[in-house]
Amino acid sequence: MTSRRDFLIAAASAAGGVGLTVSRRAHATPAEMQDAVRKVTGGAPVRSGRVKLDVPPLIDNGNAVPLSVAVESPMMPSDHVKSIHVVTERNPLPNVVSVHLGPRAGRARFATRVRLADTQTVLAIAEMSDGSFWSDSVHVVVTLSACLEEGLI
Amino acid sequence: MARAVVNVPATVRRGEVFEIRTLVQHAMETGFRRTQLGEAIPRDIIRQFVCTYNGAEVFRAEFHPAISANPLLAFSTVATESGTLAFAWTGDKGFSVTESARITVV
Repeated sequence: MTSRRDFLIAAASAAGGVGLTVSRRAHATPAEMQDAVRKVTGGAPVRSGRVKLDVPPLIDNGNAVPLSVAVESPMMPSDHVKSIHVVTERNPLPNVVSVHLGPRAGRARFATRVRLADTQTVLAIAEMSDGSFWSDSVHVVVTLSACLEEGLI
Repeated sequence: MARAVVNVPATVRRGEVFEIRTLVQHAMETGFRRTQLGEAIPRDIIRQFVCTYNGAEVFRAEFHPAISANPLLAFSTVATESGTLAFAWTGDKGFSVTESARITVV
């Protein structure tokens, strides 16, 4: 349910949005996201598949966005997911969360709530025990950014 | 004192994968916001979460400022033996909260 206030904020940012969203703060650019990915993978190739990143495609409020990542893996000592990293394209910092797990996790899945500053692509990368990297990305549209409230407190 | 809530089933069958849900009270101040006077509000976030099962680490997470206030985390583990699940959150300004839950494996 959209309250009157939410609607007005959304309408205002749609109308005068350019001035509001182009803030003086530097956002992480896609290049910085690539750097963050490289830091995780060490330059190893990342293939798409096996990972399922679940984020709503249209987000009312960027301050608390439900996000979950599930990776197809038997989670056995011989073949399991070692870590999962979530990075974004246009948040002030590209990294969002990194989780480390192993065969004792039983299932390679976690869920949390994140902040999204802008309409952007969110990427999840999983590192397997055999050293391979798999990923999934979702493009999300954010109507109320997690960073618009600065100056109001 | 910050509050933490964990949700763990009381009894689980051996070998079963069960879900753990955790919630901790924290503002997760990003370090990117400013006051009305233009002063930057310093970053104050939880940096790390660790879950141990009878002393052995089963899940660990590193948080960045993009995690929402009052971080929620749901994950899973395999029921191996009865015992204690311990949860620890650590962060800036000496933030440290621990919580534990008993689990019975049948």
